Amino acid sequence: MLDFVQQLVSGVALGCVYGLIALGFVLVYKATEVVNFAQGDLMMLGGFFAFTFIGMMGLNYWIGFAGAVAAMALFGMLAERVVVRPILGYPQFSIIMATIGLGYFLRSIAGMIWGTDDLKIETPFSQGVLRIGSLVLAYDKLSVIAATMILCTLLYLFFNKTTLGTAMRASSENMLAAYYMGIPVKRVVSIVWAISAAVATCAGVLLAPITFIHSNVGLVLGLKAFPAAVLGGFGSIPGAVVGGVLIGVIESMAGFYLPEGWKDVAPYIVLLTVLLLKPEGLFGHHVRKKV
Amino acid sequence: MRFLFKTDYEDDIKLFPHSGYVVTYGILLALLLIAPYMLSSYLMSQLVFVCIYATVGVALLILTGFTGQASLGHAAFLAIGAYTAAYLQKYNVPFPVYFLAAGALTGLIGAMVGFPALRLTGIYLVIATISFALIVEEILSRWESVTNGNEGMRVKTLSLLGVTVPRDSPTFYYLCLAVLVLTIVGTLNLLRSPTGRAFVAIRDSETAARSMGVNVALYKVKSFAISAAITGFAGVLFAHKLSFISPEMFTLQLSIEFIIVILIGGTFSLHGAVLGAIFIVMIDPFLTYLKDDMPGIIAGIAATFGAGSATAGNIESKVAAFASLNGLKGAIYGIIIVLFVLFEPLGLYGRWLKIKLFFQLFPLYKRATFKRQKIYVKSERNR
Repeated sequence: MLDFVQQLVSGVALGCVYGLIALGFVLVYKATEVVNFAQGDLMMLGGFFAFTFIGMMGLNYWIGFAGAVAAMALFGMLAERVVVRPILGYPQFSIIMATIGLGYFLRSIAGMIWGTDDLKIETPFSQGVLRIGSLVLAYDKLSVIAATMILCTLLYLFFNKTTLGTAMRASSENMLAAYYMGIPVKRVVSIVWAISAAVATCAGVLLAPITFIHSNVGLVLGLKAFPAAVLGGFGSIPGAVVGGVLIGVIESMAGFYLPEGWKDVAPYIVLLTVLLLKPEGLFGHHVRKKV
Repeated sequence: MRFLFKTDYEDDIKLFPHSGYVVTYGILLALLLIAPYMLSSYLMSQLVFVCIYATVGVALLILTGFTGQASLGHAAFLAIGAYTAAYLQKYNVPFPVYFLAAGALTGLIGAMVGFPALRLTGIYLVIATISFALIVEEILSRWESVTNGNEGMRVKTLSLLGVTVPRDSPTFYYLCLAVLVLTIVGTLNLLRSPTGRAFVAIRDSETAARSMGVNVALYKVKSFAISAAITGFAGVLFAHKLSFISPEMFTLQLSIEFIIVILIGGTFSLHGAVLGAIFIVMIDPFLTYLKDDMPGIIAGIAATFGAGSATAGNIESKVAAFASLNGLKGAIYGIIIVLFVLFEPLGLYGRWLKIKLFFQLFPLYKRATFKRQKIYVKSERNR
């Protein structure tokens, strides 16, 4: 039983990281109907920025964290301006390819700048553990869970309660109509990219103590975040986090109870099953096309 | 400029619309046939890879270019073909049998992937095919009794009708070339048949195709199966060319490379597959060449602009250090993909058509002829 709870907590913590990356997918998808295949790589880059600020320049953890988030938000806007905006309005497949190209580029640039070693960030949560009876929970995992919950709530409120959030949902439904209604679609898209890069950075920094930061971490985790986003129904913010947590728990349970090898494929088997049985995901709503 | 006067449907679907085609493709084929006697062995080996990649490119074009179903899982089909060949070879099955068996098995698995894909479009389909490829990769490294796990499998030298065909012999090249040419001709015939028309109709509008009486589900599964089977054939040749296969050769990276083949070549015509394959296979030696020679050239340019020999030497060593940086290749790949998507969405073949049209119309060429229409997607979620 104790093993089970221990696995459950580490699964939830890992799942929250997937959820955070999936949140990035969902944000960009919600606002522009574009899937950003470079989301994991943005996370990796955010982790490296934080490492530069905290580990190399010796800044305070929180200042470094904020600096990395701000820098990545700018970078997200830049990436949107250079890669995505010129092809906005063209078929989705072009944009997928463009972001795959962007991911390639970021991975190798990060490898060139920061090297190929695993890097570690010292955090205030690195050491401590919380003991409940004989249950031992590490603070770094708990911090991931807490931060995910806070971010998810904030973003959910932002999308559903603020004017800007409504504008984003509108431009996702139909860019042209949104533009006619006076929504500055281009600026909205650029803000969405900034937010999603910032969320990715949070994921990267929180992840740093659990798995180390290296240039391929984004690819590996980004691929795991797809099942999370699909499970939650690609357009739903709470769905992304719930999907991420489910995938994390499934993965960690499969690693513990099933023979070797299942751990890595379990998320994808779940994904294919979900796509077969309920393609709109747990939180998505099914809409029929009107002719 | 030549104007083709078509009087009936047969004229419209001719393989060679006019005699010029016969001449140019005849010359091309003749050049390809004498290539082994003209080119160095290294270039020949690259040419074999071009043939294999182009075959996969054609397969992917059937699915992605003409049926409109994106796939990022073709490395898995290639792997299934390659492993079927390697496995059957252990039991002394002759080449023609395992070649066909590999294609049949891959086609069957392709159809099985096609069924769940029926309900999926766009991004979901891409993610589903990625998952399929990742699962296949994991199976290859775990099913040790068949695939020998991560240690990989050795592929014996090809023997065709009692004659051994080493992987760097001209005969092997001719075999790959024959497979490519047959694939292309077969695909051209497929595309002008009712099946091909149905594929294109599905790509352009699924709803319209269905209302015209096209059985969308059936044709999607067919498209998956045909595309997978051709990739399986290519997989057999791939296995023989490499003479050793292991799961880490068939990663997502390879699937992305195949997509890049058709993206760079152009997704609207079979020419694209071949041009893209040439690009992808030749970029490696080209980058190596640049890496070796660029520092000297740049230093030479600097020297002619009045830099002293010390500065020139300094520049040379700096450029050389930059060129040998780890991962520079990945960055160049990334930039190439982005540039093609942004500036040449019709690919290399599109560029060729533009140049041709420019000279045909000489002073009257308009840039807008090839301009894409922005659609400002109405939500694909409602599709």
